Amino acid sequence: MAHDEVVRLEDVWAHYDGVPVLEGVSLSVERDDFLGIIGPNGGGKTTLLKVILGLIKPSRGMVSVLGKTPERSRKNIGYVPQVNLFDPDFPISVWNVVLMGRYGRVGPLRWYGKKDRERAQRALQTVGMLDHKDRQIGKLSGGEQQRVFIARALVSEPRLLLLDEPTASVDPAMQTEFYELLEGLKQRMAIVLVSHDITAVSIYVDKIACLNGQLFYHGSKEIGVEVLEATYKCPVQMIAHGTVPHRVLMEH
Amino acid sequence: MLEALQYEFMRNAQFAGLLASVACGIVGVYVVVKRIVFISGGIAHASFGGIGLGYLAGISPVLGAMFFTLASALGMGLVTRRTKLPEDTAIGILWAMGMAMGIIFIGLTPGYAPDLFSYLFGNILTVPRSGLILMLALDAIIVTIVIALYKDFLALSFDEEFGTTVGVPVERLYLLLLCMIALTVVVLIRVVGVILVIALLTIPAALAKQFTHDLRNMMILAVLFGALFSFGGLWLSYEFDLASGATIVLLSGSVLLASFGFSELRSQWRKRQQASPQN
Repeated sequence: MAHDEVVRLEDVWAHYDGVPVLEGVSLSVERDDFLGIIGPNGGGKTTLLKVILGLIKPSRGMVSVLGKTPERSRKNIGYVPQVNLFDPDFPISVWNVVLMGRYGRVGPLRWYGKKDRERAQRALQTVGMLDHKDRQIGKLSGGEQQRVFIARALVSEPRLLLLDEPTASVDPAMQTEFYELLEGLKQRMAIVLVSHDITAVSIYVDKIACLNGQLFYHGSKEIGVEVLEATYKCPVQMIAHGTVPHRVLMEH
Repeated sequence: MLEALQYEFMRNAQFAGLLASVACGIVGVYVVVKRIVFISGGIAHASFGGIGLGYLAGISPVLGAMFFTLASALGMGLVTRRTKLPEDTAIGILWAMGMAMGIIFIGLTPGYAPDLFSYLFGNILTVPRSGLILMLALDAIIVTIVIALYKDFLALSFDEEFGTTVGVPVERLYLLLLCMIALTVVVLIRVVGVILVIALLTIPAALAKQFTHDLRNMMILAVLFGALFSFGGLWLSYEFDLASGATIVLLSGSVLLASFGFSELRSQWRKRQQASPQN
């Protein structure tokens, strides 16, 4: 059904200084999808998310989010950028970081209202960070920061959640907990997660696509070893989802 | 010092210091947390072109500086945002061009340019009543804008890219911020001069940042520190017969360095304590 489609990309090309980063990417994400996009660094994963957000204009092709242009749908997109991009010394509390996610609903010239504060409180509760709301964001651990940024993306009550390398700064012990948090969220929104880390992604997502300039997307739970090899240009693990989550490792 | 207060120029100087610390405390916080010290330095120095234009046009050099600095702030903002020129290259070029224009304008002005030195290095003792009124008006504009757009500037300063995704008009806000820096430069020219403005834009805010992680408290603290520095510097310059602007800058810088040095020593001492808990 067309109205269940959250993201649609048709033959999208994007360039950086004349070098193609996305080469004819077509993709469809539906309402309750949890899609993992894996691929090597420099394969265009962040660019793809930015195209969906409308931060980067594709040089060719069509992008639509919730049936509209990315700019007009931004209000309904929650975005969790790579953590290392902000200044850890910045004087701001967790609470004010999360409220920032409500900006699109409040608009300029007004301070956040009662409803915004309630939403912020609920979002912090969802990610288990309410006790830390008065702390400076830079003083938290990588995993805690990640949770706060997810809360910031959730306060606008998005219908699509985009996560860029969400586990990069989360220590391995916390990763399971992190993916369980996403499990809970996927009932409420479509989730697209990009990562270069195949193992972390494979167990929890429902669908996997591989991106290295081109997108190898099967829209299924199994992913062929040829596809992974074409993406990474070297032998890699094979992933298959069954009743018990497991990965098949190939010798190399 | 107290007996000095019976002179009108001393009272005006105190008042000018207070008005300057309001502007530089509030706007300086954004300069420091958004790490735009270099472009602020560029705007400050380019304002010399406006001083020269004021002389040439026969209007008040400060008024000339106001229009010229606003225009050059917008120019720098647009050039660094919209062209492929690397940001620091663009700033460096416009910085020098502004100053060069000032020199040409002053050269074209017939006769001698009085007070030129005090525009370059500041002279808080010569601020006239009209100058105070202008400073007060600019302070009022800055405070009003920051109160109205506090949330917006916070989002701009923290994370521009995320801001864009939630609909923050980042380019327009950034240009407005540069204009506020331009206005602050104009407020500060009388106090420390074109060359030294960048010190008062950064030092009180950098010092305040050591004591709080809340942007609003940081602004309040920075204003307080700015006021203390300008009073203290004024007093020192009066007692020892030194140039007022340079004294204020050196006093502020010394306090900042001492504060950083002290916190560095303290954290090393703590580390040593933790390393040897038995002793």
